[in-house]
Amino acid sequence: MAYLELKNVGFAYPNGFQAVENVSMSFELGETVAIIGQNGAGKTTTVKLMNGLLRPTQGEVLVEGQSTKGFTTAQIARKVGYVFQNPDDQIFQESIYREIAYGLIKQKRSADEVKRRVEYAAGLCGLSDALQEHPYNLPYSKRKFVTIAAIIAMDPQVIILDEPTAGQDRISTELLGHIIDELGAQNKVVITITHDMEFVARQFKRVIVMAKKQKRRDGTPMEIFWDEPLLQMSGLKQSYLCQLANLLGRRNVLTIDDLMEAKL
Amino acid sequence: MDMVTLNHVSYQYPLESGEVIRDLSLTLEAGRVYGLIGANESGKTTLCNIIRGFIPALYKGKLTGEVRVKGRPVEEYADGELATIIGYSFQNPFTQISGVKDTVYEELAYGMENIGVPREKMVERVDELVRIFHLEELVRKNPFELSGGQKQRVALASMLALDPELVILDEPTSQLDPQSTDDIFEIIQLLKQQGKTILLVEHKIDLVAAYCDDILLLHQGKLVMQGSAQQVLTDPKVLDYGGQLPQAALYFLARRAQGQPADRIPLTVQQAYEILKK
Repeated sequence: MAYLELKNVGFAYPNGFQAVENVSMSFELGETVAIIGQNGAGKTTTVKLMNGLLRPTQGEVLVEGQSTKGFTTAQIARKVGYVFQNPDDQIFQESIYREIAYGLIKQKRSADEVKRRVEYAAGLCGLSDALQEHPYNLPYSKRKFVTIAAIIAMDPQVIILDEPTAGQDRISTELLGHIIDELGAQNKVVITITHDMEFVARQFKRVIVMAKKQKRRDGTPMEIFWDEPLLQMSGLKQSYLCQLANLLGRRNVLTIDDLMEAKL
Repeated sequence: MDMVTLNHVSYQYPLESGEVIRDLSLTLEAGRVYGLIGANESGKTTLCNIIRGFIPALYKGKLTGEVRVKGRPVEEYADGELATIIGYSFQNPFTQISGVKDTVYEELAYGMENIGVPREKMVERVDELVRIFHLEELVRKNPFELSGGQKQRVALASMLALDPELVILDEPTSQLDPQSTDDIFEIIQLLKQQGKTILLVEHKIDLVAAYCDDILLLHQGKLVMQGSAQQVLTDPKVLDYGGQLPQAALYFLARRAQGQPADRIPLTVQQAYEILKK
């Protein structure tokens, strides 16, 4: 059974603006999945529907097979954690330790557990040496890792990362890949919205494409990046290596290793 | 002509130990496009702030060495004067939008209003910007209603209202999707054709490789590599400094490592294609 499922979900804002239409998707434990698409395609709305920050105006969201309709956002968020796109929408404590610990303390976890979880999450996110600093003393890219650590510390079964690659350098992007792998290995569902096509090609086995408020495709990066009509209608582009293979009349190439094997 | 020269510049933020810019010297020649790259926290944004004169004017701290804009020490300029020579687009477009104007049209005129440009000239210039940046459908909207990509376009357009000679762009595309990113790079291309000097901070290295003439690589506050895009962005040393190389270069370096012919390392997909199709 899927751990998290969206069934024909739609969302319209109170002013009538329809942001998402008839979206169905499901996620098994241990899956790491990328969601890609243009700004305005409905990606962030879709993931906010997953954790109850927004409530569907059509269809339903199921967690462990159960509709989330009767549950509060706080109850859903214990299972489905969402890391905001802009870290400054999330950060409000005066030290990184307190920021990461906040949710755990609110849930009245034992002091021991709080300390253990904070240290684990900070370690995974490369923040062990910065725990006593004020979050606003950190640059944007590190603040983003603070917000990721704060959600990991709460130990939800599903972790949603909204554009974690924005503004990250190569080493931070690699760290992000490591965090996603590690969480996947712990049997979590990790759902990542990103615009970085090279990262998608390297990191994920499953990619969901959204365009014009709907899900357009759910497949492997190989399938997605070689479906040119799909990319065109979604306003997306092939990764650079795919573009090169394409120019050379090759198909089904994704990584540098694939290109090496093609012996061009 | 030298647009900017830095001579042995070092800088330390107030209340912090350690210099974030260390003994840095460089020259930006007029009319060229410079890609300023390096890992996060290597000093890129600080360097932009020094060139724009925000450091030390706004941030205080300890600045040593010499910063010149068009041959004249930066501290001799009145701030309004420097604002007409250097356009600066901040990392986050939300920071750039003034927040005091109700429409995109007025937002575009805001900088000109501040320095007292006559009304007719202002209207003429705003109309021109609307045309260049394809903002026709946005001009009546509130700047805060716009999507990230639209905001960034408006922010860039309003920055260019004063027709600066040097344009500093600090990660203009970090929040944007691939299509909007291409739109921004088209604007950069346009500015280049107009003869502007551009200093671009950007992590999307494949685009840096395609659009920049010269590369400046910072590592822990020091300028550790500089040269043409072709020289710097094909050199694996960039990786040691926490930087990134374009995919085409990485692929050819992998070929070279396996003993396959790779005399020239390409920067872009197009260049790689030209080499391989032979």
